[in-house]
Amino acid sequence: MNYRFNWSVLWSGQSGHWLLQGLLTTLEISALAWVLAVFLGILSGALRTAPFRPLRALATFYVEFFRNVPLLVWMFFWYFGVPPLLPRGVQDWLFGHGLEFWAAMVALGVYHGARFSEVIRSGIQSIPRTQFEASMAMGLTTFQAYRLVILPIAIRLIVPPATNESLNLLKNSSVALTISVAELTFQTRQIETYTAKAIEALTAGTLIYLVLCVSIATVMTRLERRFAIPGMIARVGAG
Amino acid sequence: MDFAVIAANFKFLIVQGFLGVGAFAGGTLRLAVPAIVLGFALGIVVGLARLARAPWIRVPATLYVEFFRGVPLVMVIFWMWFVIPQLLRLPIPEYGVALTAFVIFEAAYFGEIVRAGVQSVARGQVEAATAVGLTQTQTMRYVVLPQALRNMAPSLVTQMIVLFKDTSLASIIGYVDLTKAAQIVNNREIKPFELYLFIAVVYWICTYSMSSVARRLERRAA
Repeated sequence: MNYRFNWSVLWSGQSGHWLLQGLLTTLEISALAWVLAVFLGILSGALRTAPFRPLRALATFYVEFFRNVPLLVWMFFWYFGVPPLLPRGVQDWLFGHGLEFWAAMVALGVYHGARFSEVIRSGIQSIPRTQFEASMAMGLTTFQAYRLVILPIAIRLIVPPATNESLNLLKNSSVALTISVAELTFQTRQIETYTAKAIEALTAGTLIYLVLCVSIATVMTRLERRFAIPGMIARVGAG
Repeated sequence: MDFAVIAANFKFLIVQGFLGVGAFAGGTLRLAVPAIVLGFALGIVVGLARLARAPWIRVPATLYVEFFRGVPLVMVIFWMWFVIPQLLRLPIPEYGVALTAFVIFEAAYFGEIVRAGVQSVARGQVEAATAVGLTQTQTMRYVVLPQALRNMAPSLVTQMIVLFKDTSLASIIGYVDLTKAAQIVNNREIKPFELYLFIAVVYWICTYSMSSVARRLERRAA
């Protein structure tokens, strides 16, 4: 391999600034998309148990359709496909306010909302019905049963897979580069374009993602251990 | 809304973009099928290596899994795109780059599934196999793996669906899969809503049928 390493490209010129900007955009888009995804996940999860059939069907359709289609297709759909259908005024506003950022945010949020919905549903389903019956037998009201028994267990069951899914969202935000959102991967490519130093640029980007993911995972594992109910919930695999 | 654009370009989108039969060296299926088979094969190696007793096998395998699970696939694709031609000193077609990236990346995820599957086999099974006089390799091959495979079938299919969807990312290095084919048609026809909705439905039909298989497997396993 006759590649000449030149690591100084990462701190000379604009590279450092680009990386920082990219990291901030990645965090910003992931945070906004995460809020949207959690909201849609809870909403569709609740609607799937609703007593009104069309609502249930709508929620099921949302979850099954959106999570089973590649995120990249959704990026193009929301960026190229949807804006022309919007009213003129909305279009003008979007074009003036970073359309690609909002399209990517919606694509990420809607896609991961469908996935969160499944995480929440399987968490709730894994609580034995007897827990609720036992709370009733003890004389708790329905509200108390939820607040004191069901939710404390449900949250502990949901947090590990939800953490996993949140990290997936963070990593998937890199797909936004295809619609030219200047997030971390985009900036890594930009450094490569300007300096022709691919390995150095990719190493920098990769390390930033790695540090982000590993530190979030570590913090969450600590929290899980700290709040585990002894003997109640065995930690089920890391996958 | 004008869905005539789909009918006019149906052959290019499906035969070329989806199946990969035609003038371009492309195709979603032509990439997804080998990626799934080879990714799973490497995943078995990685998963078993993670369970090895010798630390010089176990530690590198663990690092491999943790590394690739902490990095976006897009990043791995770019790595392969730049590094493989440097290493081999010859230009590699997009197909080779994409396939290598998918196999290496997904093997980390498949490896975790294999590991969980093997660990789900009751310890008594291994002890019984040893007592009967099977060697370690025989125990793995005839006793543990067949049972593990049945236990991990549902999550295996789920991961295959993820990999199938991920192949759309090969289009960012210019590989002509279904997504790229839609982009090419859209550049000429400017019908983004119709085109991207159409390929979304094509992807959905594939992944949904895969997930119904997974659900059937889950019911049988339960």
